[in-house]
Amino acid sequence: MTELFAQPPGLSAYLLLAALLFSIGLYGVFSRKNTLAILVSVELMANAVNINLAAFARYSGDLVGQSFALFSIALTVAEVVIGLAIVIVMYRSHKSIEADAPTELRG
Amino acid sequence: MAWLAFATIAFVILTAALQVVQSKDLVHTVFWLALTLMGTAVLFVHLDAEFLAAVQVLLYTGGVVTLMLFGVMLTRRIDGVRILHESGDKPRALICAIALFGCIAHAIVSDPQTTNSAPVDMADTEALGLLFLQEMVLPFELLSLLLLGAMVGAIVLARKVDP
Repeated sequence: MTELFAQPPGLSAYLLLAALLFSIGLYGVFSRKNTLAILVSVELMANAVNINLAAFARYSGDLVGQSFALFSIALTVAEVVIGLAIVIVMYRSHKSIEADAPTELRG
Repeated sequence: MAWLAFATIAFVILTAALQVVQSKDLVHTVFWLALTLMGTAVLFVHLDAEFLAAVQVLLYTGGVVTLMLFGVMLTRRIDGVRILHESGDKPRALICAIALFGCIAHAIVSDPQTTNSAPVDMADTEALGLLFLQEMVLPFELLSLLLLGAMVGAIVLARKVDP
């Protein structure tokens, strides 16, 4: 048993951590009603993806994984910017940022 | 020793993430997200990705958390009152999250290539910079165009409309 912990953790340990973080973020997206809290949970999911990419870069010696993670970080920042602008517009027109506040498209 | 470091970082990240998804106070949620992102930066250093860790601290913990706090500040209704919020449908969300994790974990564990792998030495930040400016110069430039578009779009969306 102790020889299992003598080596550094394998790739699957990092991938499982990223998968668990992704699932926690998914739970947050589904179970929250505040739009800002949903955005925060989407951040968690994007973070899990970056951990995945960095782990694959480490365990295959290829730097492309790290560059993909950098692109992903920049794209996520752009998405957060637009998401917050949408939240501000939603707050102005509906006076609330609950995810079920806009009901114009409801049948 | 590497296991101990990984276990500590993983514990911090997962605890903070669990607090993110079940905290009732919105500002607490954003602060727990900041802790998760800092933990991820430490994990990147552990994974020999120092430049990625620095960018993570600057952009995510410094930028995204600040943006979220601005969003919280601009959309509150009452001054000085803690912003509380109720949660939606929790049992179904839990089932979906557990099912997704089960599928992904099964795929990870049943692949022999991921369980029996050892770390491979990588090149350093200089090689990463060269990679950006030689092989990946086109996505790099397109990314700057995309960020410009996002900035302009956000300004157009959120500006004050003259009555």
